Amino acid sequence: MNYSVVKGSSYVLVHAPDMVIHNGTTQTTERQLHPDSEYLKTLPEHLRSFDEVVNYLPNQVYIGNHTPAELRTYEQPWFDKKIDDASKDGKFGEILPQQEFIGLIKIVDAFDLVKLEESFTEEVRKKLSAHPLITEDMVAKLKKGEDIEQIEKLISEQGAEAIYDNRKIVGCVKRAHDIDLNLTAHVLFENLVAKASAGLTALNLIAKNNINPEEIDYVIECSEEACGDMNQRGGGNFAKAIAEFAGLTNATGSDTRGFCAAPTHALVLAASLVQAGTFKNVMVVAGGSTAKLGMNGKDHIKKGVPVLEDVVAGFATLVSENDGVSPVFRTDIVGTHKVGTGSSPQGVITSLVTEPLDRNDLKITDIDEYSVEMQNPDITKPAGAGDVPSANYKMIAALGVKRGDLEKTEMPGFIKDHGMEGWAPTQGHIPSGVPYLGFARDEIMSGKINKVMFVGKGSLFLGRMTNLFDGISIVLAKNEGKKEASEGVSEEKVRGLVAEAMRDFASHLLNE
Amino acid sequence: MDLENQRRVKEITDKYGAENVVVVIGGAEAESAGLAAETVTAGDPTYAGPLAGVPLGLKVYHAVEPEFKAEVDAEVYEDQIGMMEMVLDVDEIVEEVSSIRNEHGKFN
Repeated sequence: MNYSVVKGSSYVLVHAPDMVIHNGTTQTTERQLHPDSEYLKTLPEHLRSFDEVVNYLPNQVYIGNHTPAELRTYEQPWFDKKIDDASKDGKFGEILPQQEFIGLIKIVDAFDLVKLEESFTEEVRKKLSAHPLITEDMVAKLKKGEDIEQIEKLISEQGAEAIYDNRKIVGCVKRAHDIDLNLTAHVLFENLVAKASAGLTALNLIAKNNINPEEIDYVIECSEEACGDMNQRGGGNFAKAIAEFAGLTNATGSDTRGFCAAPTHALVLAASLVQAGTFKNVMVVAGGSTAKLGMNGKDHIKKGVPVLEDVVAGFATLVSENDGVSPVFRTDIVGTHKVGTGSSPQGVITSLVTEPLDRNDLKITDIDEYSVEMQNPDITKPAGAGDVPSANYKMIAALGVKRGDLEKTEMPGFIKDHGMEGWAPTQGHIPSGVPYLGFARDEIMSGKINKVMFVGKGSLFLGRMTNLFDGISIVLAKNEGKKEASEGVSEEKVRGLVAEAMRDFASHLLNE
Repeated sequence: MDLENQRRVKEITDKYGAENVVVVIGGAEAESAGLAAETVTAGDPTYAGPLAGVPLGLKVYHAVEPEFKAEVDAEVYEDQIGMMEMVLDVDEIVEEVSSIRNEHGKFN
């Protein structure tokens, strides 16, 4: 089979402290129920500065400046550990300050819904003009800016949502309809953040992997947001909007949803579309979520931890035709959580991990690394949710013991050798399998490892349409060299050969 | 425990009577399992949901506790929970949930 390959991946973080306060649902809910709560009053004191967010090991791993293996060399928690050589610019992407990101929200807004204050606009213009991936045409979309009085009027009288920077109102997102709940300023804010963060990640993917944007012919967007209006709440299409912003003039696309499992679903779809020859280069992309900012803020503050859910994240990857060298997506080693699988952890892990391996005569130890839900334990442990990747590895190991692939005493060794510490922010779909894709390509190509299994899982019950769980997995493996499609001999070619033989024969006769 | 589940627990208790309700929890961490157990016995400790200040005192067990295990067909238990017994810190969970049940339960 001529598998598709992973050409490159990018990862972006946006520091968004004011969005933690004003847009995270833990905070917006608290403001509705207990507007004078102690939590809301003290929250700003527990937010990190941009430098602290950059100088944080899990974030440096996310953008590719440090490897997942290095996480084990630092004792947890990591938030109080300083690291050398931290940079906002990463091998796989970047960390963007909030101010510049607000400018980017204005730039990606195609309907003049975002209004930014005039002097703020000037500051942002200077900063974004210096950004290597933001073009002059993009910066021009910031326009001149508005009076603050006009912005405050839109907020107080016309349902606009305020945009804050450094605790001050610097702009707003207007509503796009008087009564349509799907076009309220709040929903549009969330969607514009998803679009802007995905757009920036797409620009990083193109620039850092030397990709010709015009050669990308399809985009699959796999975040957890929904754009549409009252007649089609999740009509879409983020993918096309992101493609337009990133200059993918020859691409179309569509949105794939599946809660946290969506990125892995999208990888399987992209790999299959390219392998089938339908498209040559498919970009899988997702931006981040404002709703999840500060989701566990109350627990973090209670435990003396800074509010670590202070970044909006994005990821993108390019799946392309087999180039003979990049790692291949083994579409024949795909595991799916089926409707009939049930929801016991055992059933889930069997369906996602061991069933596809069994079909291919592989043992769980034949996979060098498992990339599961790579949530950063610094965030989840103080919130009482434990160490998510570690729990996943324990489950895979325990299943191995039950099947006889491992002895019980070998469990800790298996977890260490085939697992990693988590580093991804808890942005739902973002930690799910894909954070390791960038490293996996490098490590497979350098010969360090051969096979990685990506496992995405999703909690569908949150949407109240089914109580079923969901999940899907796919293996990325070393490229054994490009296989040309076997050349069949066409009728035309046979005729040509016969004609040539006849000519030969005739010339022999003439010569004689 | 999320607000919707608190509401469901309260409704079921109102309908069938607190003495007839058993809550089985499956939280993977002792702390979160303990919070759920506390919510359905002493009331919502976060004072956010319908069970805030409502001490139902329900019988509550974690799926890895021996009392629950004894009630379930051994083969089904092994199939559904056997693997998780190896993964979870069973002793810690049992201690946390049973101590809350003993302290706040009214029907033990």
